Amino acid sequence: MKEIIMPDLGPMIPEITLLCLALFALVVDLLIKKKEVVAVIGIISAVIVGYLLTGSSGEVFSGMFISDNYSLFFKVIFLLSLSLSILLSIRYVRIERVNFGEYYSLMLFSTLGMMIMASAGDLIVLYLGLELMALSTYILAGFIRHEVRSNEAALKYFLLGAFASAFLLYGISMTYGLTGTTDLKAIADYLINNNIGVNPALILSMLLLLVAMSFKIAAVPFHMWAPDVYEGAPTPITAFMSVGPKAAGFAVLGRVFTTAFSSLTIEWTTVIIPIAILTMAVGNILAISQNNIKRMLAYSSIAHAGYALIGVITGNLDGISSMMNYLFIYAFMNIGAFAIVTILKSEGFAGEEISDYEGLAKTHPLAAGLMLIFMFSLTGIPPTAGFIGKFYLFMSAVKAGYTWLAVVAVIFSAISAYFYLRVVMYMYMREPKAEVSLSTSMPSGIAIAIAALAVLILGIFPSGIIEFARMAVMR
Amino acid sequence: MEPGYPVLSTLIFLPVAGAVLLLLIKRTQEGLLKWSALLISVVEFILSMPLFTGFDKSTHQMQFLERYEWIPSWGITYHIGLDGISVLFVLLSTLITILCVTISWNSIKVKVKEFYIAILLMEGAMIGVFSSLDFFLFYIFWEAMLIPMYLLIGVWGGPNRVYAAIKFFLYTLVGSVLMLVGIIVLYFEAGKTFDILEMMKRTYPYQVQFWLFWAFFAAFAVKVPMFPVHTWLPDAHTEAPTAGSVILAAILIKMGAYGFLRFSLPLFPDATKAMTVPMLVLSVIAIIYGAIVCLAQTDLKRLIAYSSVSHMGFVTLGIFALNSQGIEGGIIQMINHGIVTGALFLCVGIIYDRTHSRQIRDYGGLATVLPVYAAFFMVFTLASIGLPGLNGFIGEFLIILGGFKAVKWAGVLAATGIIIGAAYMLWLYQRVFFMETNEKVQGLNDMDLREVITLMPLMALVLWIGVYPNTFLSFMHASVENLLQRLGNQGMQPQNISDVLGGPVVDLARNVLEVIR
Repeated sequence: MKEIIMPDLGPMIPEITLLCLALFALVVDLLIKKKEVVAVIGIISAVIVGYLLTGSSGEVFSGMFISDNYSLFFKVIFLLSLSLSILLSIRYVRIERVNFGEYYSLMLFSTLGMMIMASAGDLIVLYLGLELMALSTYILAGFIRHEVRSNEAALKYFLLGAFASAFLLYGISMTYGLTGTTDLKAIADYLINNNIGVNPALILSMLLLLVAMSFKIAAVPFHMWAPDVYEGAPTPITAFMSVGPKAAGFAVLGRVFTTAFSSLTIEWTTVIIPIAILTMAVGNILAISQNNIKRMLAYSSIAHAGYALIGVITGNLDGISSMMNYLFIYAFMNIGAFAIVTILKSEGFAGEEISDYEGLAKTHPLAAGLMLIFMFSLTGIPPTAGFIGKFYLFMSAVKAGYTWLAVVAVIFSAISAYFYLRVVMYMYMREPKAEVSLSTSMPSGIAIAIAALAVLILGIFPSGIIEFARMAVMR
Repeated sequence: MEPGYPVLSTLIFLPVAGAVLLLLIKRTQEGLLKWSALLISVVEFILSMPLFTGFDKSTHQMQFLERYEWIPSWGITYHIGLDGISVLFVLLSTLITILCVTISWNSIKVKVKEFYIAILLMEGAMIGVFSSLDFFLFYIFWEAMLIPMYLLIGVWGGPNRVYAAIKFFLYTLVGSVLMLVGIIVLYFEAGKTFDILEMMKRTYPYQVQFWLFWAFFAAFAVKVPMFPVHTWLPDAHTEAPTAGSVILAAILIKMGAYGFLRFSLPLFPDATKAMTVPMLVLSVIAIIYGAIVCLAQTDLKRLIAYSSVSHMGFVTLGIFALNSQGIEGGIIQMINHGIVTGALFLCVGIIYDRTHSRQIRDYGGLATVLPVYAAFFMVFTLASIGLPGLNGFIGEFLIILGGFKAVKWAGVLAATGIIIGAAYMLWLYQRVFFMETNEKVQGLNDMDLREVITLMPLMALVLWIGVYPNTFLSFMHASVENLLQRLGNQGMQPQNISDVLGGPVVDLARNVLEVIR
């Protein structure tokens, strides 16, 4: 009998640790009445895992699980969005009267799923990670049980997510049928060695994988779920969903398409270009007519996926790194914006209509000032980080010869100014209608401060993050 | 001689630091807020004086240079410096900001803290725009300016302010983002550098020049504003608070023309030369159309706003005449327009504070009620028309001279703009200051000391430039000559303008005749 050698699990230690901590949080929840403790465990977990990440690189299970700079970069984004969202949740879940410990452990599980996705070197591992992430977020989206919108969000998310998973499985099985393997590198080798170029079945399987990922990043025409789900879900979860799963989807896109399907670059860029343009168009144009700020930010985050896709379209490492850089910056500015939405919610006051922001600059100048920063950053106006993100994307697009695409993107980004500025206009140029009281707390204050500082500092001194994003794609 | 400290960085970041300081002051302490803003802007002005005294006029090289690594992986540096084209604008910015603070002293009553923060941030960004020698840095300042300006118009403006603010923002943004793509393309064409001085050392293929010229045109034409993208300007000028209108008129719209001079002409000389005629046509349309529309205005600020369209038409005409008279005239006209239109907006602000009306029909007979005010307004009106001896004349004269040299019809048509200009301004003056005294203006107080002090420096400049323009023209000679060489325009002999204008009137007339012949 062949001796089974225990593989070196070193590169997986962060994930294993997170799994243990998530389970630990679940158990602690049973024993302790004060659910804030679970939240603290969640944040501590993020810090511990973040620390462990630095020391782990390599491959496990013969390349099924890859821990490299690329996955490291995305994992940093996941853990950041996790900790910021937990900080935002602590007060919010009490106001919504859904202060349960599972909330935090589900967030940890979801993050674990994303981390596995980012590290997946094999389509099966990818599927495992994706399902873990998705199932946890379905529950989180419907966490406010007594609220119909939240239930609807969860159901919708679940049904459409199940569709996406089915597409993914179809894609995986067809790829397996063609190449006899699910390992990304082996697929690439097989395609090159056997000189399989434009094969209809192969194109179809690639398209199916693309559709599944488009669901996850909410790219048009697979974006329909996003506005409803973002609106219905608890706001901190919306913040979390708009960053984490989206980034995870991009992580997979970046890895699968540049590794497994690298021989089909021309084909998949041809498909992604119209998707990117449509995503920018639909996201930006429909956002204009929204009156609910969560829906508006939902459409805005659809649009941002469109910008980030430009980085993927270039098909080169520079483009991928600009996409990653963008997602990193986007994490801060989007969670920052949702953070302000979160603190506007108080007992008996939803604070979700854009008109609720009327005169905020007068009643709460600090909150209005911070929202102003996030809105301008989302528009991409310097000296905020949003500009750096877009600039890098456009630069890689021009470099790859897609100048016209950069022109399209800047036009849409100019259009987006209209709805972001609308919020600023309500805050600064209207008189307050009703007394709005903010439900600020120490944790949410910390989260907002981190997001705002990051948006400003990354906007003025972007060198560090650019280098980090560049390092991440060096293979 | 250059001072021993980084003067330009100080000028850029002192107002920003000042804005942060204001952030820390309690919003109820309005007096302290105002005085701090005034103090910061005055100190800023004093610190900018070394630029005036220490500028070496004999060279076209950049001066007061500072250069630090910023984003090395993209080849972006923090590179700033001034030459003869930009130095005057920095000085104008520091002066105008003081006046904006003093004129707003009593008229801004809500969100006082935010108002002065916005003004100071504007100042830092404006100086940044004029001194950037790195395209990335330039773009950062260029766009960052939009945020405080948007708020200035939208928060403290007139009844239709929200519409005006968003219109201003979107127009400018669309133009700017197209330039952004142009900048990125240029970056790759220039061998991956954003350094403007490096970029200018190269020549680019015509095809590239052509597209980039139009990409940059999108940004600069909106800012100038050139016909037909000028429509944001009347709204923005009219609805903005006085200080906002003054900054817009005096500095912001100069940036478009400055952009043409600094970037389009030297970087894309072939495309510029090929596009001269369309540009001249647009300029002439702006001159005449702007002037005619002025005749139909019933709103004081709107009239002055449209006169800006006309006057900026002169500026672009001068620039695209592509000879030394035209360009120097264009630059001095920008300064003049900044001073005169700035002053006119200040004047309108002064009367608006008293009557809260901008309608011309609400006035009449002001000369008897407010004699001092009427005198000030008269001088600025005449300067705007271009009366010899006042500053407006110098710029318009040089521009028409340059226009004649380049394309005769452009000069002729532009001259008609001056005639209509005289008509609308004098008619305005007549309706507001003479005729029957309107009962609404009975018993108004004349200008107080603060207001007189606010207008005094501009009055002094009007006379100074009008009588002895050489002080200011001498700054730009070397740089303009270098620019023309870059354009390869040696065929047209650059004349020594200061000789022409410094001499007696006879000389002047002879030169005009020579040119026409």
